Amino acid sequence: MNNNLIPQLYRQEYSKMVSLLCSRFGIDQIDTAEDIVSETFLAAAETWGQKGVPGNPVAWLYKVARNNALNVLKHNKVFRERVKDNLVQQTTAHAEQELDFSEQSIIDSQLQMLFAVCHPSIPVEAQVCLSLRILCGFSIDEIAQALLTTKANINKRLYRAKEKLRAENIALSLPGNEAITSRLNSVLVTLYLLFNEGYYSAGTDTVLRKDLCVEAMHLVYLLTEYQAPSGLSFAKPDVYALLALMCFQASRFEARINATGGLVLYEQQDRSLWNQELINRGNHFFVQAANRETLSRYHLEAAIAWWHTHEKDSLEKWENILLLYNKLLILEYTPIAALNRAYAFARVYGKEKAIPEAEALRLTGNLFYHSLLGELYSELDTTKAIHHCKQALALTETVAERAVITGKLKALTEAGKHNSP
Amino acid sequence: MKEFALVFHVSAPDANTPQPSPAQMQEMMTSWMNWMGGIAARDLLANGGSRLGIKDSKWVSKDKVVSDGPYTEVKEFINGYIIVRANSSAEAAEIAKECPIVTGGGGKVEVRPLVAPDCNE
Repeated sequence: MNNNLIPQLYRQEYSKMVSLLCSRFGIDQIDTAEDIVSETFLAAAETWGQKGVPGNPVAWLYKVARNNALNVLKHNKVFRERVKDNLVQQTTAHAEQELDFSEQSIIDSQLQMLFAVCHPSIPVEAQVCLSLRILCGFSIDEIAQALLTTKANINKRLYRAKEKLRAENIALSLPGNEAITSRLNSVLVTLYLLFNEGYYSAGTDTVLRKDLCVEAMHLVYLLTEYQAPSGLSFAKPDVYALLALMCFQASRFEARINATGGLVLYEQQDRSLWNQELINRGNHFFVQAANRETLSRYHLEAAIAWWHTHEKDSLEKWENILLLYNKLLILEYTPIAALNRAYAFARVYGKEKAIPEAEALRLTGNLFYHSLLGELYSELDTTKAIHHCKQALALTETVAERAVITGKLKALTEAGKHNSP
Repeated sequence: MKEFALVFHVSAPDANTPQPSPAQMQEMMTSWMNWMGGIAARDLLANGGSRLGIKDSKWVSKDKVVSDGPYTEVKEFINGYIIVRANSSAEAAEIAKECPIVTGGGGKVEVRPLVAPDCNE
């Protein structure tokens, strides 16, 4: 048996199966749904180990999950009574028909789950956790690794999030036309965070981080592709813009991490490692995002990311990036956009003119603020550059970040020696 | 922090003022965007405000008399505003000092505190 088969299937099918079961039993039964799916995979591990992998493993899983669900329905009195209302007093026979494991039904329930998990009443931090667990099929271990925290912490967050789902009695349904914009917004925010967790995360496991990015992209893609018989569609300009942004960013995934897991800064990246296919896909989605009426932050960020896919460093490129950061900040302030703007400013007007812009941000205590100032001062005032690099070093959380700044500090100290008499 | 409106007053162009070249216009736009972006980057932009047009404007006065804006007679007019956050009007004035109509010599910026609903002044 392929050693990776079960983990692969788990990642691929867990979310679909849990969503499907919840859409039939109600979201307050999410723990039961998770148990049923876990048992199914356990059964697969045992049976396949002994008897070999069936011809169609996915079909096998669904069949067993279905039987497990019906068993629970028959034998678990408490569960049956609680679920009865949700099934509108259907008999088990009806329930059997209700457990529709068709492709359309799977996609429907996954999207319903996506909207439930990203409900505005659930704290964003918990949304990210819940998405990773329920929508991406990450194990508790993997989530703890990805979010740089303990398993106990993740369990706590998940517990609270599920309590909230139950307490708020959040329905597993797709939003109607009147709520679609606000509900979709909150889904996009969470998926954007999910992607960034993977892309920028300080976690060291590169494979895991990449999976996270891929899963986030997959969920956005699912939104763009969805078409309900009712005509309901999520293929909106900002959804496409987010997908384009993710593609452009992900195109540099290989280039920004070296063989030893270290971080490679944009300027030093081997541009032949940029993934042209992802850039092309990003371009395709970006064209879909174009719309006269909508200019979301995702459009602006995708445009910035698009300029970053240009290999050649021209003045035009950085002037445009600066202009886009100006627009982005006017639309919505974030410290990271403010710092990136200051960097773009330096690329257009030179480091000396960018220093007052950067210092005006007053983000003391922010790692990127100090490393930016360390960079801007590097050729102008070595003492100040070293000061900021040391501040930054004290704020690093990962080996990769420390390595970058230690390297910078070393270069500065060398340069300082040469300059002093 | 309090909020202040920065109101842009510009002089009416007379017949002798040469039209800016496309390159100059591009430069003007860039400096505006950099100025606004710089305020926003410090998280001091409360509201991007609006530009105010000249053409197609009206005066409505006593007895509901509506007339076209007599801007030909006015030497100076308001062409827009933004709202910034600052601890004092002096701080808001510091922001205004870098405004392109000040640095470029095209006009003046008026700094006015926004009056909060519970303010009795």
